[in-house]
Amino acid sequence: MRTHPNRAVSLTLTALMVLMFVGSGWALGRLRAVRPNTNLEDVLYIPSAKVLKRMSLGYNGLLADIYWTRAVQYFGARHWRHARDYDLLFPLLDITTQLDPHLLVAYRFGATFLAQEPPDGAGQPEKAVELIERGIKDNPDEWRLYFDLGFVYSMDLGDYQAAANAFLRGSQLPHTHPFLKIMAAQMAQHGGELQTARMLWQTTYDTTDDVAIKANARLHLQALEVDETVPKLEELVRQYKERTGIQPTTFFPLIQAGLLRRIPVDPLGMPYKLLPDGHVEVQDPEAWSFIRRGLPPETGKKDQADQSTKP
Amino acid sequence: MRDIRKVMVTIETRNLEKTYRVGFWRAKPKVALRPLTLSVDHGEIFGYLGPNGAGKTTTLKLLMGLAEPSGGSFTILGGDITDPAIRAQIGFLPEQPYFYDYLTPLELLNYFAALSAVPAKERTRRIDATLKRVGLQEDAWTTQLRKFSKGMLQRVGLAQAIVHEPKLVVLDEPMSGLDPMGRREVRDLIEELHHEGRTVFFSTHILSDAEALCDRVAVLSRGELKGIGVVADLIGSVKGNVEIMWHGAQTVPTLRGLGLEVHTVGETARAVVPEAQVDKVIDALRAHQAKLIAVTPMRTTLEDYFLAKIGAPTEVAR
Amino acid sequence: MISRIRAIAFNTFREAIRDRVLYNLIVFAFLMIGASLLLGQITIGVERQLLINLGLTAISIFGVLIAIFIGIGLVSKEIDKRTLYTVLSRPVQRWEFIVGKYFGLVGTLVVNAGLMTLGFFVALLYLMHRLQPSDTSILAAIYFILLQFMMITAIALLLSSFSTPIESAVLTFAIFVVGSFSEDLRNFAEAAKGTTHYATLALSYLIPNFATMNYIAPVARGNPVPGSLILYNTLYGLLYAATAVCGASLIFQNRNLK
Repeated sequence: MRTHPNRAVSLTLTALMVLMFVGSGWALGRLRAVRPNTNLEDVLYIPSAKVLKRMSLGYNGLLADIYWTRAVQYFGARHWRHARDYDLLFPLLDITTQLDPHLLVAYRFGATFLAQEPPDGAGQPEKAVELIERGIKDNPDEWRLYFDLGFVYSMDLGDYQAAANAFLRGSQLPHTHPFLKIMAAQMAQHGGELQTARMLWQTTYDTTDDVAIKANARLHLQALEVDETVPKLEELVRQYKERTGIQPTTFFPLIQAGLLRRIPVDPLGMPYKLLPDGHVEVQDPEAWSFIRRGLPPETGKKDQADQSTKP
Repeated sequence: MRDIRKVMVTIETRNLEKTYRVGFWRAKPKVALRPLTLSVDHGEIFGYLGPNGAGKTTTLKLLMGLAEPSGGSFTILGGDITDPAIRAQIGFLPEQPYFYDYLTPLELLNYFAALSAVPAKERTRRIDATLKRVGLQEDAWTTQLRKFSKGMLQRVGLAQAIVHEPKLVVLDEPMSGLDPMGRREVRDLIEELHHEGRTVFFSTHILSDAEALCDRVAVLSRGELKGIGVVADLIGSVKGNVEIMWHGAQTVPTLRGLGLEVHTVGETARAVVPEAQVDKVIDALRAHQAKLIAVTPMRTTLEDYFLAKIGAPTEVAR
Repeated sequence: MISRIRAIAFNTFREAIRDRVLYNLIVFAFLMIGASLLLGQITIGVERQLLINLGLTAISIFGVLIAIFIGIGLVSKEIDKRTLYTVLSRPVQRWEFIVGKYFGLVGTLVVNAGLMTLGFFVALLYLMHRLQPSDTSILAAIYFILLQFMMITAIALLLSSFSTPIESAVLTFAIFVVGSFSEDLRNFAEAAKGTTHYATLALSYLIPNFATMNYIAPVARGNPVPGSLILYNTLYGLLYAATAVCGASLIFQNRNLK
């Protein structure tokens, strides 16, 4: 008989249980605030991939996925905080790819984000090369890896010869992208040029499914557009000055003079600024991560005329 | 008019029943106990009889609140079994109990006495008295229970059922695991409890014990109550047999012709005759000028009643 | 009510302490601590770190095994062996039984953890020849491990209130493994969209989070333990365990006994 005392007890217990559970959820929320990345810092508790492989009892794929997820989370969290170092990124990707050598996206992620300068990357292009070379060893038929290798050599290391070699190797694969042969040739002649960079980034954008890599490529393409447009605009301004003798303060006179069709706008939709000394700048330098032109002189980013990166 | 009998009833069930659902997918209901209506009076020794699997243990579990009835109701000591005040006055010994292997009888009884709200000061005295009463030798009092024989465990089980001096004692097969000496001791114990004014309700399939001890019995078979009443009445309801002895071998063929089993030793013959046929047989003997030696009614036992009710042979321990 | 719970707790404690399997597992833990000492002698320079890492992990794993092993015995073993009937026929509420059992078990775990901690510090002393003030952070890490035990036991108790001993042991261990990766589950939830996101997020709150109780690696490196971590871990562990115990009581209160 479900008598009254029993029902009362059951109700009390249920209420208590719900209360406690909610409380535990709250405490867990507070814990996550206090300790947001501890899991990531302790992520290399087992620093050796060999040991890990043996301990995983054959569940390599699952562990690889876990470490891959951690790598992405690690990078994302630090990137959001504008971190200047990403020391654990390479070890994480290293372990991931040792556990699962065919996890292509891990190599590609490393190619992009290990190589780039902080705060957008680890600034370790040599490590990126190391990672990709190992990936090529385990996946010799994957043309994308050769592409990434050439990319890093070209964009981040400035070694156009090595880049050309990488593209060449990749172009000789049975099911390769026809693009690689073109890039090999391009590298040889127009290593540091803007057009080359655009081709590289466009290919990266087109051939990946990973959201982060794609977004990053798009930012670069937009930056390249700025780098291309700014000198052209400055050249037009100089032509106007030569023709008329007047230093324009806005772009309107140039439009009236037929040199421009409309007010020039950057890829983010903001009109370019024309300075009295003839320099063209973007409206909002903070919004741009990768541009080399169109920046005010005090930002500290070098205003270079050519595309070659650090040696 | 006040129903005095109500006050004097210790256990009363009304259509108490229990059905189990066996199996997970196509749950087939298994009827363990059909609607049972009986009552146990205050101060009596009540025997709950039946073959194994009849539903005796199920009934006891329902009564003790260990399982919920599928239907019907019952009162125990005038109240509800879920009431802790009522439970404090009941002692229960389940079938084949196990106990905590690593405890000693003293520790176990201390634990149980504490749970039954026996005051701390009283405990030692009562535990010692109870252990002596159930016949457990003193050197076993501090031995861990995992070393005990079945019989010794049974004694400990009895002890925990009575250590808190309950008004009602419910025992499931209290004699199991005991040798004849032990069973005798348990019978004496039950008698003592009865003299102390406690009500004893126990289940068993040993009919001789029930016959010796009980005021009233109930017989259960396959979940159904087959009979209930005062022992003497029940026995008396079964027609008995009569043993007839006579001299006169010449009559034997005739009697055998009547379908009777006759044994002869020399001139003396002996036959067991159903009560109804006694007159007919005596007439036949007289007609053959046999000399009657003795006509003796044979004692009917509870077993006879039991078999009559159950209608199938059952294990009987004597 | 209190006296009955106390009686049950004490009885549970006594029964568990005398069970020999407990000691076997503790011996194993000691062996592991000893092994990590030996291992440390092979790799130079990291002996202390290795000892703390492996030693505390051994305590954690073996302690969880003990917690599971005793936890399942709390209810399912009792039902299996019918020791329960004589207890429940007395004026004991079913929830009192569960709560008392849990406290008895927590007592056992504390003794457990205490013994293993002792063994660990003996090993540490042997290695370092003296103790440093920073070693108190090791105690904090062990305290977290103890909280973990309490949570696991509550879960084992909950599961054993309605399933067989073997089922509840296996399930509890599985939950321990999943719970250790609970942060990864949450990462996955944050990367996912739509219903997957909400489902996995809810799951990451539902299953116990043991990752947060694991502060072994930082302590091995010599990091201090933030007070807020101690506070919230305590709250989380106790509240979660309490939830499970309430659940176990609820189930047990309404259960039919075979």
